[in-house]
Amino acid sequence: MIASKDSFSNLPPLRPGASLVPLPGDGVNETFVLNLGPQHPAAHGVLRVLLTMDGEWIQRAEPIIGYIHRMHEKMGENRSWAKFLPNTGRIDYLSAMHYTHAFVGVVERAAKIEVPPRAEYVRVITSELNRISSHMVWWGALLLDLGGFTPILYAFDDREKILDLLEGLCGARLTYCYYRFGGLYNDVDEAFLKGTREFLQHMKPRLQMYRDLVTDNIILRKRLTDIGPISADMCRRYGATGPVIRGAGVAYDVRRAEPYSVYPQLDFKIPTYPETDSMARYLVRMDEMEQSLHIIEQALDQLPEGPFMGKVPRVLKLPPGDTCYAVEAARGRFMVRIVSDGKEIPYRLKLRAPSFSNLSLYEEASKGMILPDALAMMGSLDLVIPDIDR
Amino acid sequence: MNPSLEQLSAEFAQLIESAPAPVSAPIAAGLVEAGPGPTTPAAAAPAAVVAPVAPAAAVAAPAAPLPPPVQSVDFALKGYHLDVRVAPDQVVAAAEILDRTGFGIDAVTGVDWIAQSEMEVVYDYFHPTSPLRVVVRARLDRAAPELPTVSNVFPGANWHERETHDFFGIRFTGHPNLKPFLLPEDADFHPLRKDYKP
Repeated sequence: MIASKDSFSNLPPLRPGASLVPLPGDGVNETFVLNLGPQHPAAHGVLRVLLTMDGEWIQRAEPIIGYIHRMHEKMGENRSWAKFLPNTGRIDYLSAMHYTHAFVGVVERAAKIEVPPRAEYVRVITSELNRISSHMVWWGALLLDLGGFTPILYAFDDREKILDLLEGLCGARLTYCYYRFGGLYNDVDEAFLKGTREFLQHMKPRLQMYRDLVTDNIILRKRLTDIGPISADMCRRYGATGPVIRGAGVAYDVRRAEPYSVYPQLDFKIPTYPETDSMARYLVRMDEMEQSLHIIEQALDQLPEGPFMGKVPRVLKLPPGDTCYAVEAARGRFMVRIVSDGKEIPYRLKLRAPSFSNLSLYEEASKGMILPDALAMMGSLDLVIPDIDR
Repeated sequence: MNPSLEQLSAEFAQLIESAPAPVSAPIAAGLVEAGPGPTTPAAAAPAAVVAPVAPAAAVAAPAAPLPPPVQSVDFALKGYHLDVRVAPDQVVAAAEILDRTGFGIDAVTGVDWIAQSEMEVVYDYFHPTSPLRVVVRARLDRAAPELPTVSNVFPGANWHERETHDFFGIRFTGHPNLKPFLLPEDADFHPLRKDYKP
């Protein structure tokens, strides 16, 4: 039943301070508080943003986080180094390979464990596959936020192929725990290598199609171009990394800045766009997927024969002191800092999550934007809430 | 534009000398693994194994030479280039040096050294255009852990400090909004303290 104008006039007057609480404005424009989330499709999980609105314009946007906080850092302090491995895939569930890579990397660095080259190459192949699948989810979800329903169906079709490949390899579709200290859980088989080569052939024309159909779409351009500028200096002051800082024209990529694994042996470009807007961040990720395909192709060609596991002591005790290891995850710099006191379990384990820092600039960056633009910008940050909350 | 390691080391050394504040360090000697020298790690290791558990080791520790407050370490072993130990009231000045030389804030976190009744606050910095990683640390009294906020220099530290306050109960004076962040809004516990019992 549609309420008529009369039916409202019969309602009792609003109790002062009851629902829509006006905040002290400037006397002309009243502001109101709008609660976005924690259950909102554009919040991609359980993120809540407390918005102080001046009409359609955002006066202040305060992200409120912690709804899915699981305290992985505390869990790390009550189990052995190896038993924490499955946790790492559950911090950013779209980027599990990278997170596991950082954790095995930090332990290998501290314990001075040698990793055979074959294992390093397989790590790079699976990490880059994971990057593409992560970016496909971002791409589909961003366009869904902007009102385009079809692309996510294509994106998930491509992603499905990657998930099938990785499932065949390690049994998990999302929360991979494939890397081990000193190597891998198992060696790659012919089916995986053949499937990955087929995927490369499948994905290249698809990315071109996405460019033609979506990237050059005038509606998308108008929704993202000049929206939500995030300058290089703001990225630096807030510690924003990954496609956010590269979309501000800074070629910062952990794979080059702090070279790890066999990335120094592989040729790839760091895509950057100096425009600093949401479109720049969009284009960085689209280019990154092409670079990932290029990396996988080289790694497959160069994949050496040999063992997939190095020599690892049966009981792992790390020397006392602290050690850091960072990787370029799909959302930016992910760093693990461990402190060991010489025992079998970590003394302290810090997880530096890229989404946490990337979201922390939201309050400053969204000031004065209209709400639909601020949501487009939020989509361009590619947030994963379990990654923020840890 | 890009700072060099030597230039940074000199600036930090100058900062630390400018205010010879009592760096509460003698006990720390065994725990912070002495850095890049090829001989030191092996020598420091046995002391470090016992230091966290046996209070007696703390008495023995001052005999070992204290690692210098500013030391460059081997990146391949540690994952950072420069390790700086400052007094708690110098963290803002240290952050200003890093801000001026173009660094970005990576993370802020704590470590609870319960055996020494100390808290350590660790600031990680990265550089967007040159491959340099700097770690700044400060030790606090565990009974009243308090130090100034660096969120006025690096606004990104705001959230990291709130998180550190949640987990360790370390107070960052001058922080604009030090209320529970990741923990429930009525949380009055600090789960990463070593004496925390759920």
